[in-house]
Amino acid sequence: MSVRISEYATRSREAIRDRPEVRTAVTGATVAFDEKRRRAYGEVDADSWRRWAEGVKNHLLTHLDDYLAEAEAQLEANGADVHWARDADEARQIVLALAARHSARSVVKGKSMLTEEVELNPALERAGIEVYETDLGEYILQLLDEPPSHIVGPAIHKTLEQVQHLFADRLETDPGGDPDELARAARDVLRDAFINADMGITGGNFLVAETGTVALIENEGNIRLTTSLPRVHVALVGIEKLLPRMSDLAGFLQLTARAATGQPIGCFVSLVQGPASAPGDDGPEEVHVVLVDNGRTDVLLHEHAWEALRCVRCGACLNTCPVYRQTGGHAYGWVYSGPIGSVLDPGLLGLHEAMPLPFASSLCGACFDACPVRIPIPELLLSWREEAQQKGLTPWKERAALAGLATAATRPPLYRAAARIGTRLGATRAARKLPMLSDWSNDRDLPRPSPHTFRQLWRQGIK
Amino acid sequence: MKVALFVTCLADHYFAEAAADAVRLLRHLGCEVTFPDAQTCCGQPAYNAGMSREAVRMADHTMEVFADCEAVVLPSGSCATMVKKFYPRLMEEADRAVQAAALADRTFELAEFIMRRLGVTRLGDGLAGRRVALHQGCHALRELRLETEPAVLLEGAGAEVVPWEAAEECCGFGGLFSVKMTDVSAALADRKLDSLPRVDWVVSGDGGCILQLDGRGRARGDGVEFVHLATALWRGVDGWAGEAMAERDSGGRHGRSNGQAGRRLE
Repeated sequence: MSVRISEYATRSREAIRDRPEVRTAVTGATVAFDEKRRRAYGEVDADSWRRWAEGVKNHLLTHLDDYLAEAEAQLEANGADVHWARDADEARQIVLALAARHSARSVVKGKSMLTEEVELNPALERAGIEVYETDLGEYILQLLDEPPSHIVGPAIHKTLEQVQHLFADRLETDPGGDPDELARAARDVLRDAFINADMGITGGNFLVAETGTVALIENEGNIRLTTSLPRVHVALVGIEKLLPRMSDLAGFLQLTARAATGQPIGCFVSLVQGPASAPGDDGPEEVHVVLVDNGRTDVLLHEHAWEALRCVRCGACLNTCPVYRQTGGHAYGWVYSGPIGSVLDPGLLGLHEAMPLPFASSLCGACFDACPVRIPIPELLLSWREEAQQKGLTPWKERAALAGLATAATRPPLYRAAARIGTRLGATRAARKLPMLSDWSNDRDLPRPSPHTFRQLWRQGIK
Repeated sequence: MKVALFVTCLADHYFAEAAADAVRLLRHLGCEVTFPDAQTCCGQPAYNAGMSREAVRMADHTMEVFADCEAVVLPSGSCATMVKKFYPRLMEEADRAVQAAALADRTFELAEFIMRRLGVTRLGDGLAGRRVALHQGCHALRELRLETEPAVLLEGAGAEVVPWEAAEECCGFGGLFSVKMTDVSAALADRKLDSLPRVDWVVSGDGGCILQLDGRGRARGDGVEFVHLATALWRGVDGWAGEAMAERDSGGRHGRSNGQAGRRLE
């Protein structure tokens, strides 16, 4: 997925003004997800769970080298092959080489944000391989040639009517078909794809170092088929997705499902531990785990941003975010959108590439309350903003205005005079021509100052 | 108790009568109110923009102004959060951080002060029969965790606080956010206004939120009436006492002024 973050202002405006159905669909779905998450948190001691999960991930991230070595050794002991990808290109080359070795012509995929991040599908298609996304939402988007707009619900920005129209056109379903009929039509296509696929590609929600187990959470059963039916299973896993022990996984499976969808646990949890042990046994003949860095080590070394690596990709921060709800994910311009994208993307891509995402937030703090691993997203946004100011990535007028405010605010008489003049000026028609106030007054009436300031009232005596 | 009022920039200039109502309310509750004249801006605009050096300069000034005060009360959850939560975070030297933490302990948002420091929950019956929607500023709600205090005080004064689907959602102000991301910011306000139930007033303890929602509401022609929490609580004590609030607040220039008018929409 190409990076279009710098177009955020334009793309968010377009989403709001020109595609009102996106806002309706996204707000409706995220409000419902968020309510389920709140209820599911309320059923358990969510605060303690979240603190525990934060601690486990912090321990993992501060001992990542040890756990990566342990995971590799365990996976190999289980008969899986381990590959290391420094960046997106290496990740693609590893998968392409595996596909070539097995003369793969057709691939089925489970939903994976990491494969979006490394732009795997276009590379496979260029190599002449047929790629089937098998998650229903991803399948819809593949037909439309659109990237996912949400970590958990990739097609969350689509309405039922849009899918009915698409499926009637492409799969010859009844234009008024209900969601069950639409899912059945997709299933008919995908069943054949599963049976004919030479290779199954998935991501990985977790990788347990102790046992070399890739854990995958889903609700549709397509990942179960992707990991078990084709002869070869390739799992791309970000290096931060490790968990130390199997007992940690028990907690994370429950917490992640509650955070993501409000479920006590996903409908399907697949634990992939290696290939079939003997011919004729269940499971693929080969299992390959590709451990992908692609900027994660840089994030880990960053003074503040490393905390974002605790992320389990549940999407809870997107669901609760009032900003995300207005525009959906595409406006953000890259794979990871919403609050977590705004703190992770600057780390993975570099801050310059990710501007202005750290500013695409009102700092309302709802994301922190929702986050199952307590990533302090508002604080991370602020530290990215600070870095942006220091590197001169923000408008100089903005920096000058705020420096001026600080100067005035430490000189009370100057401050009082400036504030009074500024307020009165801000209420006049001329204000509509001032840089910042003109932006304000495009969508809002100008604020009306009080007839007397509080200072004047105080001097007169308050009765 | 001796209480220093930290009026905040927006209340000084846009919600002056609400700030005066905060003074009336605090005096009514037995406090002696002072107003340190050297107070300026708490520094939040710079802090939120990532300009922490400038924010520290303003924090230093404010800490000096309020150094000897027994209690500091602000008619704003957002500015109160700046002092209580963000000043200690901003101070790099240990002794300054300790001073910031000490000031934080003595600093309160208005409703917080009334309930948590004074222990008062019943102000009077002045809001009997009034239907209000409560917009909680994000900082008051999620940093100060004033999840119940403003509603308890309003209901204690007889108001009916009407459920509002988007009650806890951000209004989209966010200071700089409202001018940097103006379309998204306005869309957030629309979500609040579109889901608003029928009420007499929308009450909020933060002037910034009221400027945003009222500015958007007037541009849309919604005719919603916004009232600052300080005014609503003072009315809870005082009722109306035969006074025409709209006239008092607007000096007769506007039908309603920014969130300060108390005229019922009926």
